[in-house]
Amino acid sequence: MSSYFLKILVGCSLVTWVPRVLPFIVTKKLRFAPWLIKFLSYIPLCILTALVFQSMLEAQAHGFPKLKTLEAIASVPTLAVAIKTKDLMKTVVVGVVTMAILRLIMA
Amino acid sequence: MAAEYQTFKAGVKACLPTVFGYLGIGFAAGVIGKSIGLSVLEIFLMSTFIYAGGAQFIICGLIAIHSPISAIIFTTFLVNLRHLLMSMSVATYFEKHSLLLSIGIGTLLTDEAYGVLVNALQRKQKVKVAWTYGLNVTAYLAWITATVIGGGLGAFLPQPQRLGLDFALLAMFIGLFVLQAELPFKKQLKKTSWIILVVCLTLYVGMRVLTPEVSVMVATLVGCSVGMVVPDDE
Repeated sequence: MSSYFLKILVGCSLVTWVPRVLPFIVTKKLRFAPWLIKFLSYIPLCILTALVFQSMLEAQAHGFPKLKTLEAIASVPTLAVAIKTKDLMKTVVVGVVTMAILRLIMA
Repeated sequence: MAAEYQTFKAGVKACLPTVFGYLGIGFAAGVIGKSIGLSVLEIFLMSTFIYAGGAQFIICGLIAIHSPISAIIFTTFLVNLRHLLMSMSVATYFEKHSLLLSIGIGTLLTDEAYGVLVNALQRKQKVKVAWTYGLNVTAYLAWITATVIGGGLGAFLPQPQRLGLDFALLAMFIGLFVLQAELPFKKQLKKTSWIILVVCLTLYVGMRVLTPEVSVMVATLVGCSVGMVVPDDE
């Protein structure tokens, strides 16, 4: 194992670990102000919205991102099943199967 | 219903959709690691200590072009900084527990485990630490296993893409989004629609100038600000 890899391993482990645990340490010592708690309460909805939309977009070297066509199409039945069943496993299975069929047709 | 979020075992079960997603993406991450010349041991170490899906792909890409170490570490920091926001939004829930237990929860936090956790917390039911550990540890082991298998056997197995497995995580985000948006839509249709619209717009415009991961953070912060400023529905 090269020292190049080891240094990357140690450095990247630290910078991914500290942001994950820091808030858990801070909240032991001090309380968040009420406005901050209200602000933070919007994070789950906002970050999940952003993650869904980002997964459907492809960044371009120049200009606005492009919509990934296959992903966008497969998202329609996936979203429908998610709304209807509220069941994560069923949602994932329908999504994966839809995507596999789409790739089969396109290939 | 009350027993749903109590035990380690229930946490393991709640994690199964994530396992599905991780098997597909982790497998791909292992294959890519191998293709840039990492050993299976190195892939194992990355998944065990860095444990960051998207960032591991980017790290492999940067190692392949022999980027400077500092650039790789800084990029990884930016890519994963969104976890700071996620941890902040759930940390207060666990503030009564010991520091060590809390650090353990934060250490294994990922986008997917976070999504499942906030969904449980939103149901306003008691979520036990054991359940959270069941969820987190299962995701962690699935990720390590999938990347190691991808690195070790990737060349002999069919491409996960052809089976549509790469879509599993997006499908899961969609499911988590629906679960998370259900209540806000019911209570505050107008306000929630504004927040979602602004998040999407900010992300779209943001990705023109910023990396996708930084855009996700900026869009989230802007969305939260909209939530603070826009008055509640009548």
